Amino acid sequence: MSIAATQKRGFGAVLWDYLTTVDHKKIAHMYLFSGGFFFLLGGLEALIIRIQLIKPNNDFISAGLYNEMFTMHGTTMIFLAAMPLLLGLMNAVMPLQIGARDVAFPFLNSLGFWLFLFGGILLNCSWFLGGAPDAGWTAYAPLSTTSPGHGVDFYVMGLQISGAGTLIGGINFLVTIVNMRAPGMTYMRMPLFTWTTFVASTLILFAFPALTVGLFLLMFDRMFGSAFFDIALGGNSIIWEHLFWIFGHPEVYILILPAFGMFSDIFSTFSRKRLFGYTAMVFATLLIAFLGFMVWAHHMFTVGMGPVANSIFAIATMAIAVPTGIKIFNWLATMWGGSITINSAMLWSLAFIPSFTIGGMTGVMVASAVADYQYHDTYFVVAHFHYVIVGGVVFGILAGLHYWWPKMFGRILHEGMGKLAFWTFFIGFHLTFFIQHFLGLMGMPRRYWVFLEGQELDLGNLISTIGAFFMTFGVIVFLINAIYSWKKGEKAPADPWDGRTLEWATASPPAHYNFKQTPLVRGLDPLWIEKTEGKDEMTPAEPLGDIHMPNSSILPFIMSLGLFIAGFGFIYQTDNSAWLIVLFAGMAILFGSMIVRSVKDDHGYHITKEELEREAD
Amino acid sequence: MKGWMGKFRALFLLSSLALILSGCGKDNLTALVPKGYGAESAMDLIILTTIVMVFVFIIVMIIYTIVLIRFRKKKGQEDIIPKQVEGNKTLETIWTIIPILLLLIIAVPTVTATFDLADETGKEDAINIHVTGNQFWWHFNYEGEEIQTSQDLYIPVGERVYLDMISSDVIHSFWVPTIAGKMDTNPENENTMYIEAYEEGVYWGKCAELCGPSHSLMDFKVIAVSPEEYDQWVADMQNVDPEEEPQDAVVQEGKELFEANNCMSCHAIGSSPAAIGPNLTNFGDRSTIAGFLEPTKENLVDWIVDPESIKPGNKMTGNYPNVSEEEAESIAEYLMQLQPSEVTPESAGN
Ligand code: HEC
Ligand SMILES: [Cu+2]
Repeated sequence: MSIAATQKRGFGAVLWDYLTTVDHKKIAHMYLFSGGFFFLLGGLEALIIRIQLIKPNNDFISAGLYNEMFTMHGTTMIFLAAMPLLLGLMNAVMPLQIGARDVAFPFLNSLGFWLFLFGGILLNCSWFLGGAPDAGWTAYAPLSTTSPGHGVDFYVMGLQISGAGTLIGGINFLVTIVNMRAPGMTYMRMPLFTWTTFVASTLILFAFPALTVGLFLLMFDRMFGSAFFDIALGGNSIIWEHLFWIFGHPEVYILILPAFGMFSDIFSTFSRKRLFGYTAMVFATLLIAFLGFMVWAHHMFTVGMGPVANSIFAIATMAIAVPTGIKIFNWLATMWGGSITINSAMLWSLAFIPSFTIGGMTGVMVASAVADYQYHDTYFVVAHFHYVIVGGVVFGILAGLHYWWPKMFGRILHEGMGKLAFWTFFIGFHLTFFIQHFLGLMGMPRRYWVFLEGQELDLGNLISTIGAFFMTFGVIVFLINAIYSWKKGEKAPADPWDGRTLEWATASPPAHYNFKQTPLVRGLDPLWIEKTEGKDEMTPAEPLGDIHMPNSSILPFIMSLGLFIAGFGFIYQTDNSAWLIVLFAGMAILFGSMIVRSVKDDHGYHITKEELEREAD
Repeated sequence: MKGWMGKFRALFLLSSLALILSGCGKDNLTALVPKGYGAESAMDLIILTTIVMVFVFIIVMIIYTIVLIRFRKKKGQEDIIPKQVEGNKTLETIWTIIPILLLLIIAVPTVTATFDLADETGKEDAINIHVTGNQFWWHFNYEGEEIQTSQDLYIPVGERVYLDMISSDVIHSFWVPTIAGKMDTNPENENTMYIEAYEEGVYWGKCAELCGPSHSLMDFKVIAVSPEEYDQWVADMQNVDPEEEPQDAVVQEGKELFEANNCMSCHAIGSSPAAIGPNLTNFGDRSTIAGFLEPTKENLVDWIVDPESIKPGNKMTGNYPNVSEEEAESIAEYLMQLQPSEVTPESAGN
């Protein structure tokens, strides 16, 4: 179906198309759109936080609301912005990079998305229903178990539902990469972004269950009178910290590894060079992922685990710096001797190197347990993880968006606006966060609603707030750029950047079956290989034939809606058991749809060879 | 190690120009000018790691700058295809080995310091104080002395004082940046740390673990006095007679109102360890009211009349009968004259 035909359809038809789609490219659009929306929401919350801290003893918002604000800022940015934006890019790009027609389980892919979205909406409903969660995104017990109102209940149900979506997405990507690579695409020929998608999905598979378990315990403590974290009844609150960080630390790598993958592809493309030390890059990724599971307790140095545990976790944490360092130097070596083009995608990637290096450095500093007795829970740590997450993940997402925008939407983003957004955001970012290292060491703990007068923290906080406004400006420019490109953007050719990997071997945006004929892969950077041999397209691995495609389905949407409804039932049945009806109704919708899905055979459909030939003209 | 660390410290302070321009933060609050054992150990590591890391950063930035200057695509060379290098074993080994060595430089002192700060060998003979974190105030129980204080913790300088810490509700974290790092107070088990101040002074303490709406107002002070003054203070505190009838009529009225309004059900005056609210034995000597307000009569009256407007979510609000402004004034008179000791925050040079 060509773009022109799409544009002629009415709004209702387009909406229905998106509600029912199982096409990884459209699901990617929805992930990006909703992730982008939550990013703006989380950004707004951040701005409110910074306005509150613009001067000492400020009363812009109340103490309670402030706690809700930073709790939702953290939760939203991690679970509802960074994760879906990355999942969106993975969905858009990974199947193309391995020469597949879709992911392994298109139905599940759609289910994963809708679960995430409904989970996110449920969480944010709390704003209008008596107050958002206020125990921090880490929700430490007993503060979270005793927090009054339903805020934390929304946190539990919202994250549980969206977490299930993420888990489904991760498993789906794993199976896709294992099973659906084009002929010749061995593991050691996969582009780095595919590799990091693969590894991040493995991390999702092993890390999210810890969160799921933790959330279940918290849910039962709050809603059904259990006492897992209630000390008075023999429970233990530290268990929550462990469960949370056994999930939480790998989560950091779930976010940063895909960004690493994107930078690898981008540096290589815009230097017109093969990635330096490909094998080392792959093994560094695996090593980071492995070590990522060994270090969770470095978030807990001050909990009182004793010197043995603290030392072990300190050293394990420092060890992660080695594979990370390897990556940094290999990226530099990739560019060394290259022919570097600097455009918006490359700007974000280049800015990543110093920013992330600072974040990595402070990471080693906080890993030093005794020094962390000072850093812990202060603005130093806030600065550290924003350098890693903004300087790494957000820069990565923005680089990736600029890089793959033409592939995803068929348009090229405006360079001028891209550069303006970059520079304001980049300057604002360092203004906001660099000074926070010092604020922390000067005695400012994190999650402080006010700082008192006369503590010499005023100037630093003011600078930080000014920086936040610069960042806001940068984000707005990016938004305008996105809208502009949609309306008037330059049309993108199939291969606008002289690309090296398979996604550039098909149209921009690709047809819904991605590749008319599955390509034959003859090495790392398959498209580049063909180009150096004077060809401008891939050699097909199969003759032109019928293509089997999955059918669309509204069921994933309905199933997620069912869980969403059940979520309210769970939350409010503590007030009034009449809400159990809602709970059961929601679950009935969910299980009903599952039964329908199981009983009804759906064999998909075929695009015939004749149709494909006709389309070619 | 201490010798060359000292030199490095001087170097470090000189080189961080930006920091010097903006100051190192408030004296006795900042961690950057340590005046105690734990804070100094941490600072040594902070300096060491910073030096190593800045070294790495500079190397990265040098390569980065060269790359950006030398290898940008030049006009007229658009078609040049660079050599496709696969990798380089030697280089890759170098940038694996060197970071490992650098990390060892950091790891060894880290482990040493971690064990050092967890050392409890001298605990039996030292002063032991039980610390309890509460939403949103701190309680200190001086073991073997039958002394209770809240918000102000008195210690002698130059001695290791052992703190056994626990929480009565949610998790808090005890942090006195200038003399020691932080340690969480968990509800289920006691954590132990020691602190040692090198100089007399009133040191700022803060709660560093989110504990509810007034988390940011959960300040306290550590008052380090000379050992003689400390002994004097202990003796004075032990001499307090809570039953003593005041001479002054207003004070007497205040005392009666204090008793009549149920205040006693939460606030002890004297050595009773019961603590639903802060112990007020030496309230008149306190450096603050409620942990962070100037110790003035107006502030105290405001607090008694409407604590919610001062510390949102505190556990006093709504749990006692309404007190009028006049009544509060009398109570304030009574509380402010509870000054059992000559040794006060002023003695510590504040
Ligand atoms: C339900 C128990 C309770 C009752 C009754 C109560 N208080 Fe309190 N009070 C507290 C708590 C808890 C705090 C600590 C609040 C905080 O800092 O979060 C406190 C703090 C104070 C403080 C500040 C103490 C300090 O350490 O700086 C004063 C003064 C005080 N109360 C006076 C009174 C007076 C006067 C009354 C009687 C009219 C009274 N309180 C009744 C629980 C109580
Ligand atoms: Cu606290």
